[in-house]
Amino acid sequence: MSRPEHIAPPELFYGDTEAKKYTSNTRIASIQAEMTLRAVELLNLPDDGPYYLLDIGCGSGLSGEILDEDGHLWAGMDIAPAMLDIAVEKDVEGDLFLQDIGQGMGFRPGTFDGAISVSVIQWLCNADKSENKPRYRLQRFFSTLFMSLQRGARAVFQFYPESDMQVEMIMGIAMKCGFTGGLVVDYPNSKKARKFYLCLFAGQAAPGEKQELPQALDGDVKADGVTYTETRIHNKAHGKTSRKSVKDTSWVLKKKELARKRGKEGVPLDSRYTGRKRKPRF
Amino acid sequence: MRLITHNMLKCHVKNCTDPNKQFPLRFKDVQLEQIDAERNDEFLVRMLPRLDWPALLTTSKELGYSLPQSVPENPVDNDEFLQALHAFILETHVKEGCMVCNGCSHEYKITNGIPNMLLAEHEI
Repeated sequence: MSRPEHIAPPELFYGDTEAKKYTSNTRIASIQAEMTLRAVELLNLPDDGPYYLLDIGCGSGLSGEILDEDGHLWAGMDIAPAMLDIAVEKDVEGDLFLQDIGQGMGFRPGTFDGAISVSVIQWLCNADKSENKPRYRLQRFFSTLFMSLQRGARAVFQFYPESDMQVEMIMGIAMKCGFTGGLVVDYPNSKKARKFYLCLFAGQAAPGEKQELPQALDGDVKADGVTYTETRIHNKAHGKTSRKSVKDTSWVLKKKELARKRGKEGVPLDSRYTGRKRKPRF
Repeated sequence: MRLITHNMLKCHVKNCTDPNKQFPLRFKDVQLEQIDAERNDEFLVRMLPRLDWPALLTTSKELGYSLPQSVPENPVDNDEFLQALHAFILETHVKEGCMVCNGCSHEYKITNGIPNMLLAEHEI
């Protein structure tokens, strides 16, 4: 599986084309929606009324739309301007920030009732610039996040860890910054459906109260999701392409017309045989 | 950006640590927009203790709005107060302009409603 964080830094990788692709692709959108719903479920917010949430790496607002549907108020931050532009176009309700989460965030203590983040923190483990030190950036991120959450609030991060070492590093730094909690792995036996959720608790709401790590989902993977069929790759391998030839009848006619206009001699007349498809030779 | 979020926001430059100066961020040349939103009293009352009232007053003066000098005794039943608060913190959006830190005078530029919070290398 290719890892986008190996290709380019996020603000460049999610440029105009990638941002558009990301938002118009229904497969990505449905996976993101599913993961956001699960993240919100893991936040375990009480039922009474809307909450003030933080969406870390909100991108084009795929996850924000789900928070909007639930009636929550939210603020979101992302480093890719192209993604944020799409979010503005889509008229999401939340407040958007162009922000590098590795530089920390400046919210007053106890601002948010919870934080979610879908497919983001693995990006923090990259050193794209010489001044980027992943450990330092993670520490700055987690410590400022810890500050900005209400006591007892949760932060749920869905992410794609590259290795066990990476998980260890991220969790180790989060614990150092005061968080408790741990990793929830959904569908651990399925390679495709396996999802990692880092479920962190910012202290306790009341002294002595202990937060339980939520149960991971297990068992059969639901079949109603979008399945990946690899049609395009399959067709390509078997010599079938959906690509049409550029040089069809209209192209031939256009070229002949152009030649006539330029006064070339001996341009054949147009007929119903012009540019027709020939029979296969064998 | 809604003003409720502005009330939560302080300067996050590494060496800017004076609590009296890094909050609230001062607005400069801003364009505002009023967008209707549904009022939820429960949410407003829950957010009240989290708001920094003196800072909100400063911001409202800067932008030419008027809010009561302090939170009234019983905000839950005070419809007029809740409506004014709702209109100010949840319906007023900042579209263009600048937020300036009073401590380190870093300017956070706002374009198309999105503040640019990126810092330079020497500020992290």
